[in-house]
Amino acid sequence: MSATAMPGAEMVIKALVDQGVDVVFGYPGGAVLPIYDALFKQNRLRHILVRHEQGAVHAAEGYARTTGKVGVVLVTSGPGATNAVTGLTDALMDSIPIVCLTGQVPTHLIGNDAFQEADTTGITRPCTKHNYLVKDVNQLARMMHEAFYVARSGRPGPVVVDLPKDVLFAPGNYVAPDSVQHKTYRPQTAPDPAKILEAVEMIAAAKRPVFYGGGGLINSGPRACALFAELVRLTGYPVTLTLMGLGAFPASDKQFLGMLGMHGTYEANLAMHGCDVMIDIGARFDDRVTGRINAFSPGSRKIHVDIDPSSVNKNVRVDLPVIGDAAEVLAEMLKVWKAKRLKTDAKALAAWWRQIGEWRRRDCLRYQNSDRVIKPQFALERLYAATRGRDLYVTTEVGQHQMWAAQFLKFEEPHRWMTSGGLGTMGYGLPAAMGVQIAHPDALVIDVAGEASILMNIQEMSTVMQYRLPVKVFIINNQYMGMVRQWQELLHGGRYSESYTASLPDFVKLAEAFGAVGLRATRPDEVDGVIAKMIETPAPVIVDMVVDQAENCFPMIPSGAAHNEMLLGPQDKKEGGPVSEEGMVLV
Amino acid sequence: MSNASGIETHTIAVLVDNEPGVLARVIGLFSGRGYNIESLTVAEVDRRRGLSRITVVTSGTPMVIEQIKAQLRRLVPVHAVRDLTEEGPRVERELLLIKVAGSGEKRIESLRLADIFRARVVDSTIESFVFEMTGAPEKLNAFINLMEPLGLVDVSRTGVVAISRGAAGL
Repeated sequence: MSATAMPGAEMVIKALVDQGVDVVFGYPGGAVLPIYDALFKQNRLRHILVRHEQGAVHAAEGYARTTGKVGVVLVTSGPGATNAVTGLTDALMDSIPIVCLTGQVPTHLIGNDAFQEADTTGITRPCTKHNYLVKDVNQLARMMHEAFYVARSGRPGPVVVDLPKDVLFAPGNYVAPDSVQHKTYRPQTAPDPAKILEAVEMIAAAKRPVFYGGGGLINSGPRACALFAELVRLTGYPVTLTLMGLGAFPASDKQFLGMLGMHGTYEANLAMHGCDVMIDIGARFDDRVTGRINAFSPGSRKIHVDIDPSSVNKNVRVDLPVIGDAAEVLAEMLKVWKAKRLKTDAKALAAWWRQIGEWRRRDCLRYQNSDRVIKPQFALERLYAATRGRDLYVTTEVGQHQMWAAQFLKFEEPHRWMTSGGLGTMGYGLPAAMGVQIAHPDALVIDVAGEASILMNIQEMSTVMQYRLPVKVFIINNQYMGMVRQWQELLHGGRYSESYTASLPDFVKLAEAFGAVGLRATRPDEVDGVIAKMIETPAPVIVDMVVDQAENCFPMIPSGAAHNEMLLGPQDKKEGGPVSEEGMVLV
Repeated sequence: MSNASGIETHTIAVLVDNEPGVLARVIGLFSGRGYNIESLTVAEVDRRRGLSRITVVTSGTPMVIEQIKAQLRRLVPVHAVRDLTEEGPRVERELLLIKVAGSGEKRIESLRLADIFRARVVDSTIESFVFEMTGAPEKLNAFINLMEPLGLVDVSRTGVVAISRGAAGL
């Protein structure tokens, strides 16, 4: 073990470089000045100066989701750290590997209510996978390396390293990453062979099977997604994906039923409801997916593959849990399947596909188009048509536009769709798009946004301009917090309490004020032209798509309802709908 | 230990790194996810390896108990989690300090009962006793109930510590 003496701040930089980091998203302040000074004196790390610390974390999340690497954030003490909390919680919910370095007041002032002091490790304990307060400079390098290891291993997540200013000045011994081994944390990645055998036999014997893939496939990486596609095709079984899993299986494949869940397709949800064997790979039975839990897929036996044992039997009791990394599990399943030359029940499968075909014919994403007003679905359909075949990455904000984007944009590959799923963070999309564009400078990166969400982190347009990131912001503007409005219409008697934004900026002028290009479409015949102009503009663009204010997002499983009680369109709503009193209290 | 509503009480032993904040992580997990803590004890048990042992008595449905153990195992500084209730015979003990004040017949009666329960007098004044007693929580409860009418002033108890019977360790 070789040790090198240097000040804490330099050690931070060296640890980042040794961990293979090439970009840091951050914002300076008093407590982190020594790190910024060390950054100034080197040229291995690129620093992206954001305009708000929440933006730094979302940008790092976007970068991490699209590259599979750990995203790195650097913020100051006190408000710097508290502003990062939303981003950290978002990363925790969606299992995104982040290392967030926070400045802290000097150790002798901790607990004294010093200027810009906050109990950062206390505040972030429930919203990180783990956190560290470095009180001894000789522990700094070890804690930094451990932070990266914890962030990316097992089920990934955010890790905070809190760095008191005196520790950053103090000289200490640096140790390299390979000399650090974590004392306890060894997540299980290799599955139990007996479980694999049992799972494969259960899969082969299924009559009405469905694959249910989630974000765990994306986190495991492209290999897991390729193996997943191989198993799905080998069996010929139908497959659905969660919001977080979109891109893990090619959307154009005829075995793909579309996304499932609250705003998922009719065929995906009914296949889940009616299946006899459910094969869950890397999805966690989120309440947006299951609907009413006691009516969720009542007749099925369930296989659940997950790297996190605490995800198993949390919401839904499963018959066969398999703990392990998705890629390793799928590789083993394929090996066993081939070795045993297993065959599926072709006759039962044909009948199952006939049934699914009937559900598909309901054409659940159909909408009533208009030649007067732009329908949001139409805008996204045209966006998809215009971007097909391009090197495209999409981020979103949160709300109706997010669900329409998930329904109408089709992803053939993983790591191209970045959205805030678990936490549902408005303001996620623009900074995330920045992070994605940093990772893929020449790609087309679009933030599908709503006019309310985009205002939550609009300041990041300034960052986008500074680094000449040609991010496109595609605002579906209905002047309402659309999803809030939709729930108020369906559940609260149309009393639109505070969901209308009476004073919005002129988004075209706003774009211009930042130095970007602003475009607007108000009629359906302008949509294609504006999209084409947006794509060909080599600079940042804000598109203001002025859409139908009253459009609702369907299909919809109202909260407290089951998969087979979904609303397919406005006509279903008029019949009263199956919204129960218990459902009303759910989110 | 199960009652009609399917709620079970379990004694869980958790071996953790003795580092700052580790107890806050465990307690935060219970409060953040809405689990019950009936009692919790913690102390360092291995100075050389820097390990502390937390004994937590908790209750919930079998599914919740499974979740609690899985969530505890997820915490980074946790070495081992063992459900002593599930794993078979175990010894559970708790330490009680109880102060009783009074005079005359009541004072004599408290001393007599203490003798029956094998409690020790660890402090005494003209009008008070402090008794020390170890035992299973039920025994402590019984003693406290008996002291109630005899001038009970103060109760302090440690919460349960537990260990499995037999040769195997954690």
